[in-house]
Amino acid sequence: MLGYLTLIFSCQLIGEVIVGTLALPVPGPVVGMVLLFIYLIIRGFVPEDLGEVAGGLQKYMSLLFVPAGAGVMMHFGLIGEAAVPIAAALVVSTLATIAVTALIMSRLMKRGN
Amino acid sequence: MENLRDTWVYLSASPLFHLTLTLVAFQGAFWLFEKAGRNPILNPVLISVIGIVGVLISTGTRYPQYFEGAQFVHFLLGPATVSLAVPLYRQLAKVRQSALAIGVSLLCGSLTAIFTAVGMAWLLGGGPDILATLAPKSITAPVAMAVAEKIGGLPSLTAVVVIITGIFGAMFGTFVLNAVGVKDWAARGFAMGTASHGIGTARALQVNEVAGAFAGLAMGLNALATAILLPVLWAIVF
Repeated sequence: MLGYLTLIFSCQLIGEVIVGTLALPVPGPVVGMVLLFIYLIIRGFVPEDLGEVAGGLQKYMSLLFVPAGAGVMMHFGLIGEAAVPIAAALVVSTLATIAVTALIMSRLMKRGN
Repeated sequence: MENLRDTWVYLSASPLFHLTLTLVAFQGAFWLFEKAGRNPILNPVLISVIGIVGVLISTGTRYPQYFEGAQFVHFLLGPATVSLAVPLYRQLAKVRQSALAIGVSLLCGSLTAIFTAVGMAWLLGGGPDILATLAPKSITAPVAMAVAEKIGGLPSLTAVVVIITGIFGAMFGTFVLNAVGVKDWAARGFAMGTASHGIGTARALQVNEVAGAFAGLAMGLNALATAILLPVLWAIVF
């Protein structure tokens, strides 16, 4: 259990080092995800304990966004000044992106099968 | 009374209070979410943020002081992102089989996110700094902030815009996906991750494991695609 938690932290740490050294435009944890993925390909299966650690971290993943979300209180002023363009852009763009991506992907996957 | 005030002064300066506040707010929000039959409108992140901001404002606490305690929760975002390799690996066969679909949908989704956000804000009179702030709104916060800064946006406002995008997508994604009639879990998850990064992924994980895996994949790929595409597009258009 602890071993796989250490593995996950190590992947993130190595990811941060790679991103910093090569000045990559992605965050360290995303590179860490790729590293853990490569580890799994080499192992050839998901060890039971790793599956449990990952499941535990993901079960309440929403919680982990709460502290950053509360940061909205620092920007009430700025948001108020441009409330209309910001709100309209977020609503229209988020819904359009979900619809366009899902439609294209489902069509292409059907054709592929 | 004196003792109570001393205790408050002591506790409000220690990480324990704001860490507990975060957990209690989320537990309450999650309880509400479950009670309402996991209705996505009652997004647990949104409800807990409202509760916490309410407590902080009414006690006159500044955000950095809150974050000193809450950072322990925030920190786990990194390891949680790394751990998304596990559901992704479990879907490896499906990912390989749909590589072309993934590439094309990613490109279309990424461009839709950028152009509709910038276009809407421009139509409604947003200034150039607001447009640049909104352009990377669909990708994960650390990358979005770096990209926004590069093209003349406001990084701190970008972080907020990114989180609101995530919450909004998590709240209404299910309705949109049902409305356009997409039933495939891989496509549904991929769309959530492309449009609303980690918060969309967290929502997808609550619903279905395949959707969660494809959402995590889309979140990573769109961060990369937007980070590369956006500065180039910006240089061409402006």
